[in-house]
Amino acid sequence: MPLRLRRQPDLVCQQIVELVTDYLDGALPRADRGRFERHLAGCPQCTAYLAQMRETIRLTGRLRVADLSPAMRADFGELYRGWRAEAT
Amino acid sequence: MTDPDAELLSRFRAGDEQAFVELVARHHTTMLRLAQSFVASRAIAEEVAQDAWLAALRGIGGFAGRSTFRTWLFAILANRARTTGMREHRTTPLESPEPAVDPARFGAGGMWTSPPVDWTDAAAERLDAQALATALQSALDGLPPRQRQVVLLRDVDGLSSEEVCEVLELSEANQRVLLHRGRSHLRTTLEANFGAR
Ligand SMILES: [Zn+2]
Repeated sequence: MPLRLRRQPDLVCQQIVELVTDYLDGALPRADRGRFERHLAGCPQCTAYLAQMRETIRLTGRLRVADLSPAMRADFGELYRGWRAEAT
Repeated sequence: MTDPDAELLSRFRAGDEQAFVELVARHHTTMLRLAQSFVASRAIAEEVAQDAWLAALRGIGGFAGRSTFRTWLFAILANRARTTGMREHRTTPLESPEPAVDPARFGAGGMWTSPPVDWTDAAAERLDAQALATALQSALDGLPPRQRQVVLLRDVDGLSSEEVCEVLELSEANQRVLLHRGRSHLRTTLEANFGAR
């Protein structure tokens, strides 16, 4: 008697969009990862969606932080000297 | 775990003021933004961030390097900001679950009926880069506080999920749910503003 593997039903697009973050974080169980990738292989829309999420993350990572003003640098230098004086 | 701040950290502990100011320059904006997500005003957020730096200086002897410096630093900040926010009776409500994509865009079988509209070409065009960054920044500022905190630390500042969980005292699963909602919001904004229909 051959072992029968019960195959999980395929994922639909609406489920894919909820699994994207888990997928990108490597947090999907192996079986789900396989189902996710099988869906992508046959679905250009979800492939585009995943690419958009990756692009969103990339752009968010480029929202660089403002530099510290010279006045604030001076303030923090003073904070540091105060701490040194207090520590010794 | 390698700590990107290790070198500046050891220099400032050895008495190098400039190294300390560099560390502040590296992390202060994130701390301000994080503080702002907990408290009512920019002025209070600035106070909280300054206090956190002083607390970090005074407590540096107790930093044993079990986590990265920034995790330790941001946790000090988050704790103070949370306490201040509670004193202001400013609560961050649990956000109700919401789908990543408007359910109206899928048919009965869960397949796309209104598929994602491409905007990634706009991102590649230099002309649109500034407009994109501006739209993204205001979408980020408009996220509910807990989503904003996670997106800020993970995607803007580049912390690992482990670091974020430690700073914000979240479980890995909750952290990922918040990140997912936040990122999905940002993608929707970009699509709405820059999608070429
Ligand atoms: Zn699909």
